[in-house]
Amino acid sequence: MNLLEGVRTALSSITSNKMRSGLTMLGVIIGVAAVVIMVAIGEGANLQVSSQIERLGSNLLIVMPGRTREPGARTMGAFGSMDVLTMDEVQAIRDECPSVGAVAPEISRGTTVRYGSSSIQTQVVATTPEYLSVRAFTVASGSFFTEQDVLSAAKVAVVGQGVIDELFSGADPIGQELKVGQVRLRVVGVMGSKGQSGMTNVDDAIYVPITTAQKRILGTKYVRTIYAQAHDAKSMDAANDEIVSALAARLGSTDAFYVRNQADVLGAAQDVTRVFTLLLAGIASVSLLVGGIGVMNIMLVSVTERTREIGLRKALGARTVDILMQFLIESVVLSVVGGVIGIIVGSAGSRIAARVAGWPAAVSLGAVLLPFCFSLAVGLFFGIYPASRAGRLNPVEALRYE
Amino acid sequence: MGAGPGPDSAVVRGESSVIEVDRLRKIYRVGSIEVAALRGVSLRIDEGEFVAIMGPSGSGKTTFMNILGCLDQPTEGSYSLDEVLVSEMDDTELARVRNRRIGFVFQTYNLLPRLNAAANVELPLIYRGVPRRTRRLLAVRALEAVGLKDRLHHKPSELSGGQQQRVAIARSLVTHPQIVLADEPTGNLDTKSGVEIMAIFQALNDSGITVVLVTHNADIAQYAKRIVRFRDGLIVADETLSSRTIAERDESLDALIAGLTEGTAEEVKAG
Repeated sequence: MNLLEGVRTALSSITSNKMRSGLTMLGVIIGVAAVVIMVAIGEGANLQVSSQIERLGSNLLIVMPGRTREPGARTMGAFGSMDVLTMDEVQAIRDECPSVGAVAPEISRGTTVRYGSSSIQTQVVATTPEYLSVRAFTVASGSFFTEQDVLSAAKVAVVGQGVIDELFSGADPIGQELKVGQVRLRVVGVMGSKGQSGMTNVDDAIYVPITTAQKRILGTKYVRTIYAQAHDAKSMDAANDEIVSALAARLGSTDAFYVRNQADVLGAAQDVTRVFTLLLAGIASVSLLVGGIGVMNIMLVSVTERTREIGLRKALGARTVDILMQFLIESVVLSVVGGVIGIIVGSAGSRIAARVAGWPAAVSLGAVLLPFCFSLAVGLFFGIYPASRAGRLNPVEALRYE
Repeated sequence: MGAGPGPDSAVVRGESSVIEVDRLRKIYRVGSIEVAALRGVSLRIDEGEFVAIMGPSGSGKTTFMNILGCLDQPTEGSYSLDEVLVSEMDDTELARVRNRRIGFVFQTYNLLPRLNAAANVELPLIYRGVPRRTRRLLAVRALEAVGLKDRLHHKPSELSGGQQQRVAIARSLVTHPQIVLADEPTGNLDTKSGVEIMAIFQALNDSGITVVLVTHNADIAQYAKRIVRFRDGLIVADETLSSRTIAERDESLDALIAGLTEGTAEEVKAG
């Protein structure tokens, strides 16, 4: 008996008991769909986190004030003493670290920005022009402030897309005056849209020269973060070491600051989402396992019910292996058909889940092939015992079975 | 040992034994009790014979049939089919013998209820690897031979007992076996249907197929050429009938069966 014949026999037997076959398949469908959805959610979260971190810029080293350097403890926005890093350190990195290209400081603070009679709560990000290349930001219209603006602490600002929408109702803001506290800032440019990055929406911010912020708005000489961009991925480690030694020499201790590698941050975040994905897939696999046990249960019932049929088939010339294959194919067809339906249901479900969560829908080929192979394996694994039991039946006893 | 050929069966068909069993013993173990179903049976059946096996319940005749059909193995003794020892065959060879050389007919028909008549008849051909279209052709021809040409698509539940048994006979014929083994084929049928079935068996036998039939019914046994009687696991009588009953049959039956026999080998080869 060839494979095609086996599949035909299996289909005829499956369709002869539609209700039972359908319910058995439902177990597999739910299991496979659950795995597909859970993996898609995990992958979607992973993509989301990765893209946020990558949006920081490329080959970035992030220097922050702080006392600890434990991985993962302070990825963003958590501080030791704020008053450690100044423009001198920025200059030191620029001068003493040959592996570092562009360097940009950053201070950012939530504040009220007014225009005419309207006002909004937004981030004021104070930095230097190098920030554009370091963070891979673009200017959509007008221009970014210049070195000259930084030197003169010019009262200029570049606004993000989100601010335009809220404060200017979409009108062209260039040349208009904003008020931050008592300081009037003239808008010289509009940032290109970037969206969410890390914990903040970079579109919802205005950018000012660091000196302007230090002298006129915040009254401080410190900077919160220094972004240093290595020349390329290979020089990241060298750049890291150079920054550590340069700053340790200036600040007297390696505890006063920490340097975080963008790849570390990405790696740590991806580790977290990977564990998250595995956990979800693991939980979903339990339902697939239960579905598989359902298949085995029905196959055992089917073998018992069809004992006489098995005896007859043997009397008509079926070999042990023919009977074994007949039941194995039946169980595999049950689970694979269930698996395919489960993949369809799961793909649809994960699109819905992604839309609800606002994540990219991540139904990858792997997330479809894996559960398919899984359902095939379930059919084989849970079918082999009932099938071998059928194959081993003694024809005389099987024919006598009532 | 009385295994001589019957008067009209013949020396013509040669002295070749199809079935030869020697001192067969079969012991069943039920818990700690041993039950001997066969206690030393020796018998030779030649090609073209029509043997009726009679005996009361528990005389071992069904066990004997199961061994002849290669469904069961004797505890002791030897069984040669066409002078080849069955005890030396493995699972695959036994399946092949059951598929190609032996046709079974059971008292309870044993048709698969979810398949129609034609699909039931096709079953043994599936295990022979015959392609689907050839299978259907052969099945239709076999059903035509047993007079069920117009019942191809009926499920067993839509057929009478006699019709079901004829489907079962068609299934046993479709592979053109050398031997047909029938275990109480008329046991569940009324007399008229029983005689119709015996007419088919006689026509088969006349076409050269060896028929071995188990029956309780003395009248049915009279259609055979030779009667072997079992009692308590032993053969107690073996007689060749000098005048057997001939069931009335249409001449077309022989033609159809002959056609079946001639066509089969070619069709199977062609397929």
